[in-house]
Amino acid sequence: MPGSILLKNGRVIDPANGIDRIQDVLIAGGKISAVSQPGSLPEQGGVVYDLQGKWVVPGLIDMHVHLREPGHEYKETIETGTRAAAAGGFTAVAAMPNTKPVNDNQTVTVFILAKAAEAGFARVYPVGAISSGSNGEHLAEFGELRQAGAVGVSDDGLPVGNSQLMRRALEYAGNHDLLVISHAEEMTLSHGGAMNDGALATRLGLRGIPHVAEEIMVYRDLALAEFTGRPIHIAHVSTRESLSLIRRAKEKGVAVTAETAPHYFTLTEKAVDGYNTLAKMNPPLRTEADVAAVCEALRDGTLDAIATDHAPHGELDKDREFDLAANGIIGLETAVPLTLQLVRENQLDARRMVELLSMNPARILGVPGGTLSVGALADVTVIDPEKRFVFTEESILSKSRNSPFLGWELQGKAVLTILEGRITWQENGFSS
Amino acid sequence: MDPEYRFSHKHVLGLADLSPEDIQAVLQTAESFKEISARSIKKVPTLRGKTIINFFFEPSTRTRLSFEVAAKRMSADTFNISNSGSSTVKGETLIDTARNLAAMNPDCIILRHPRSGSARLLADHVDVSVINAGDGTHEHPSQGLLDLMTVREAKGGIAGLKIAIIGDIAHSRVAHSNIIGFSKMGATVTVSGPATLIPPGIGELGARVSRSVMEAVDGADVIMALRIQKERQQDPLFPTLREYAKFFGISQKVVAAAKPEAIIMHPGPINRGVELDPKLADGSRSVILEQVTNGVAVRMALIYLIMGGD
Repeated sequence: MPGSILLKNGRVIDPANGIDRIQDVLIAGGKISAVSQPGSLPEQGGVVYDLQGKWVVPGLIDMHVHLREPGHEYKETIETGTRAAAAGGFTAVAAMPNTKPVNDNQTVTVFILAKAAEAGFARVYPVGAISSGSNGEHLAEFGELRQAGAVGVSDDGLPVGNSQLMRRALEYAGNHDLLVISHAEEMTLSHGGAMNDGALATRLGLRGIPHVAEEIMVYRDLALAEFTGRPIHIAHVSTRESLSLIRRAKEKGVAVTAETAPHYFTLTEKAVDGYNTLAKMNPPLRTEADVAAVCEALRDGTLDAIATDHAPHGELDKDREFDLAANGIIGLETAVPLTLQLVRENQLDARRMVELLSMNPARILGVPGGTLSVGALADVTVIDPEKRFVFTEESILSKSRNSPFLGWELQGKAVLTILEGRITWQENGFSS
Repeated sequence: MDPEYRFSHKHVLGLADLSPEDIQAVLQTAESFKEISARSIKKVPTLRGKTIINFFFEPSTRTRLSFEVAAKRMSADTFNISNSGSSTVKGETLIDTARNLAAMNPDCIILRHPRSGSARLLADHVDVSVINAGDGTHEHPSQGLLDLMTVREAKGGIAGLKIAIIGDIAHSRVAHSNIIGFSKMGATVTVSGPATLIPPGIGELGARVSRSVMEAVDGADVIMALRIQKERQQDPLFPTLREYAKFFGISQKVVAAAKPEAIIMHPGPINRGVELDPKLADGSRSVILEQVTNGVAVRMALIYLIMGGD
């Protein structure tokens, strides 16, 4: 068991306990052992950090990442991905099942957990596939997936096109206490599309993905959740109308939660201009009106979580014809500064940011963490909201470099990440 | 034109990148080169010792031959690579293949490729001039320029003309380049066709949209019919070719709504009896073969200007 750590004079933001004030936090035995007035805790033994001007928050949880292992280790491994997570301030990630082989059975789930334990940088919560092979035909073995350690199921990357299968997945997931996560995309509308549908796609000669491709499927899955009485989580929401559908469903009492990704509140389709494959993703970047709607939904609670959809790809996957380039960007190491930008713009307050990045993901996934309660696991992130840095390829810990934010000057960074009392990330130049 | 003006582009990737002055320079140069093709000895030494690679990933008869004829009339050495004969079939990436071609020190690569943006991708990765000979549904600048040249010859100018482009606007790189080019040169462009083939935001390229073909050609100086690509029929864009011909084909009746001296254009190859009445294609208003002739002159001009004219 690691020694004790005393975090002094930081701004402790712990929405689960209604705390947002300067406090000292004592970590011992891998747990939060005390949260108290500054100076009130003894400095004996262990490591002491003076965190004036820093935020002390429950460890961040990214409920949507692609770690690529097994099968695509040239893009990312569980080790490199979780190291990037720790550097980005995350103590836990939920790993999507579109590996090779697909995580549609307990063997793959066990493998992922073993690799994660070996690496030791972050908790990894495997998400199993909804259908075996994610081919949209037969239910995967939810029971065994759960027993092996999966926390949810999704065919992420692909939608479940068959409505009957989605209905059965929602029903059957109830037997095994698994969260069903929907990648909402109506494939006959999105087919062949490479970016948001509209004038820019026309100018670039690229086939568009209309926003209704997402909204039709969001509506279907909300209707199925209501019909089955089972909770559903909508992944990477990108459009204004999807958000109004979710808002309306929540008002009706449907058990729906939803996430968006930092790129959907930071970038518009304009980032694609010039055939920039680093801005190619699915769902595609949308318009300013959609960005505004995403920000509003983060504020008003329509969106519950910010997840990065961290999607590492190699140069070969990205440095090519736009149509043929892979979808997705890495996100773990830019989520904190990009979300802090919303706080600086007064679109969110700090407490809401912590809810979105830690408390709510823990609750949605039904996993520990998301709080600094005394006795809780000592998963803690220290953020320096002022630290400025230029996001460069050299600084990236992920195995892949596919980010549209390369070269951006960002502000705010995790300077210390603690996993069950053990330091998994300490920013260069930051010390006790 | 400003006496200080120089055509300063290393690549020609689309008409969107060219200024009206650039377009004018290409057209003037092309007009001066056109006479070469009418000589009994159709060859000038201007580009002797220059190497041009025709890199064609899509089947093409007209455009590939036109570029080759243009280059040879200027005495450049030309080499042709098609998709089936290229190492991309063996799994090499476009960028790798292009780098290998560039390592043989050509002066210009002319690329035809089914993916939008591929000409730009090539230009970004090799230190050789690139001419876009059609990339996906993005642009086909040499076609746009030869159409501008043909209209300018027939009408004595471009500004103030009414151009009607009818057909598959959504999938036509020819339409995109023409809308951009004609608008830049002061003409008014109206497009029409099945609503399924009119892409969103086409107005931002400079075109007006009309629901009816008759309305689009009303008072037009130029009627341009676009090829219907039969291979797109798996996407439910319109019911049948028969119905297309009836409602969107250019017929005698449609032409009657245009100006009496209106000309008829088509980028070829024509589906006779689908987008264009065969009699019109061969009739006195048709400038379709003149387009092909001007294609050589425009491509000579592009190659010449890009190579610095030295």
